[in-house]
Amino acid sequence: MNLRSVVDLAPGESAIISGFMDDTLSLKLLEMGCLPGQPIKFNFAAPLGDPICVSVSGYDLSLRLDEAITISVQ
Amino acid sequence: MRKIALVGNPNSGKSSLFNHLTGLNQKIGNFPGVTVDKKTGYTNLPNGEKVEIIDLPGTYSIYPNSTDEKIVFDILANKSNKLYPDAVVVIVDASNFKRNLLLFTQIHDLNIPTILVLNMMDIVEKTGLSIDQAKLSNELGVPVVPMKARKGKGIDLLKQTLTDIKVDEYHTIFDATAHASEAIEEVKEIFTIKEDYLAYQLLQQFNINTSLAENEKNILQQIADKHNFSRDDLRRKETLERYSSINHFINGSVKETFTVLPKKVTEKLDRVFTHKIWGYAIFLSILFLIFQAIFAWATVPMDLIDLTFSKISAYLAGALPDSALTRLLTEGIIPGIGGVVIFIPQIAILFAFISILEETGYMSRVVFLMDKIMRKVGLNGKSVVPLISGVACAIPAIMATRTIENWKERIITIFVTPFMSCSARLPVYTILIALVIPDKLVFGVINMQGIVLMGLYLLGFFMAIGSAGIMKLLLKTKERSFLVMELPTYKSPRWKNVGLTMVEKSKTFVFEAGKIILAISIILWVLASYGPGDHIENAQVEVAELVKDQRLTPEEFDNKVQAYKLEKSYAGIFGKAIEPVITPLGYDWKIGIALITSFAAREVFVSTMATIYSIGDDVEEGTIKNRMRSEINQETGGPRYNLPTGVSLLLFYVFAMQCMSTLAVVYRETKGWKWPAIQLTYMTIIAYLSALIAYNVLS
Repeated sequence: MNLRSVVDLAPGESAIISGFMDDTLSLKLLEMGCLPGQPIKFNFAAPLGDPICVSVSGYDLSLRLDEAITISVQ
Repeated sequence: MRKIALVGNPNSGKSSLFNHLTGLNQKIGNFPGVTVDKKTGYTNLPNGEKVEIIDLPGTYSIYPNSTDEKIVFDILANKSNKLYPDAVVVIVDASNFKRNLLLFTQIHDLNIPTILVLNMMDIVEKTGLSIDQAKLSNELGVPVVPMKARKGKGIDLLKQTLTDIKVDEYHTIFDATAHASEAIEEVKEIFTIKEDYLAYQLLQQFNINTSLAENEKNILQQIADKHNFSRDDLRRKETLERYSSINHFINGSVKETFTVLPKKVTEKLDRVFTHKIWGYAIFLSILFLIFQAIFAWATVPMDLIDLTFSKISAYLAGALPDSALTRLLTEGIIPGIGGVVIFIPQIAILFAFISILEETGYMSRVVFLMDKIMRKVGLNGKSVVPLISGVACAIPAIMATRTIENWKERIITIFVTPFMSCSARLPVYTILIALVIPDKLVFGVINMQGIVLMGLYLLGFFMAIGSAGIMKLLLKTKERSFLVMELPTYKSPRWKNVGLTMVEKSKTFVFEAGKIILAISIILWVLASYGPGDHIENAQVEVAELVKDQRLTPEEFDNKVQAYKLEKSYAGIFGKAIEPVITPLGYDWKIGIALITSFAAREVFVSTMATIYSIGDDVEEGTIKNRMRSEINQETGGPRYNLPTGVSLLLFYVFAMQCMSTLAVVYRETKGWKWPAIQLTYMTIIAYLSALIAYNVLS
């Protein structure tokens, strides 16, 4: 299966976080509750397509596309 | 006195708790002067003990991403810090338990007596969750206090818990020694620390630890190198282990999972507030509402304040014996204080709006909506908050840029924020607009003066955006920019917090700006009342000589004498000296005086006008506005404040950097004179050129 990231999800779609593509950013994302093995849901994008809103660990988080793309999902 | 620190994630209800504990008994660390803007207050415990409460900035982790968040690390990870607390209250949003607990576990491991406050229990109950507090408390080894901070429930129990809290045996949730025991042991020995996690934190973050000397940092670096202390890897492991502990705590004591939390209301509101058309339309409408409110609602109390102060001056002028001291009081000090107090309605209204937007969670959506646009000009979505706050005052706005992690984006935000029309400009705008723009309705409903006012705010905003775009091209950085930001659920605003913000901001503003304005009022009065030589004492005689061929009424003669006195005063000489520079902008030397004094703070323009025009004037004659309206341009015979001069002045005030307090705060935040100097030069040039163009086009 090809490596997918959060930006490949359709609005409303959930997936399980499998890892991070960016070491520095992963420190911050982990602290904010983006945990491998946990579900992440793509809620909606901002009107201009960027940033996007995802649900993770029971709350809503806003991520820019270039941040979301570093979160791989399966 | 025991010190209690309040710590928590943003949006956890920390400020509500702080307000409940301290009431109006709060102190805000002064800006300028101190680098940490800390809020402190006092509360009485059930046993009569009085304790100091310190409100620390909201943060998600002990690893800071911004200068604001770093304060938490500075204070809690450093026992020699003057603010190091005797106990910490960690407040968490219980309806968003998991992520909130991360910070708690970090603080807990620092070995400070800790109390866990589970806030928003009302939401938890509503959503069918149940938290076994006794069990949780047992597992975590700390007291757990359930709370509904919005309603003030749980405060008494917290106070009781604070009374009874005792130091427990040290145990950690995250076992740092399992990963780097040799390095930690060495640090503990060299730095005589007994807590593993504190030693671990020294190794992790010695680079940003301000309490360490350079050689201590070198020692830590050597220890880290020697034992292969890989910071990022360890931090990643730490976070994962903490979350797995948290899962363990939750499994035992919390029923239901969090992923099913119904957030229907937030979902529905987001569909509207982040809609591609409605989202922006609503944001613009809110801004429009704010400006209309400031202009329309604030005028009534402002007129009242204006009238009251001129009455007080007039009364005192009549009641006290005529002397230099009386005149200093009635012509310098009282109008000066009036010029400060008159801002209160506008500032209070503005901060009420800003505070409501933050309280409800809408401000994060503004960041969300604006991030992509802001990034195009080198800013960050988070720059929106400083830019909007800049509408109130550039000083707190520039301090609010501390939430922006990226250096370049932060510098650009700091640089352009003073272009936003602050409330100190508002009295200048108000008075000039009233003088040169007709008070008419457009389309039957919209006040024309209101439209012009909004136009000035927009002008400042677009200049800020344009300048940011230029700076984006000029500044280079390799640092990356992030926007990993929580979008909190919508909540109705807590009116007590809104009220307290209004009081706090108005108070700070009045005291900070007030000092400068009052000092300048006194200096000005002296400058305007005295001059070189004996022209002022002999004014009657000298004017009589000058006008002996004219047939003047006694009143006209008096006015001539007053004008002559001012002309011969130090202030007059001062204003005349810069007249050649400002004549092309349509100003005379009286406006010149006001421009010079405005460099201390813009709002001084109004009190300068008050002082200049009430010197020797009959104070009862009325308000500053009427006095300015009747001022005649000696060359044209028309009113001094006509359209070209008025617009030219308005533009000058929109763009010019006329605030020493702002320059001081930029110096402090950027740690050098480079940025304030560039800012002052750039803004002054823009102001001068635009005023010049406007005056010449219109006249």
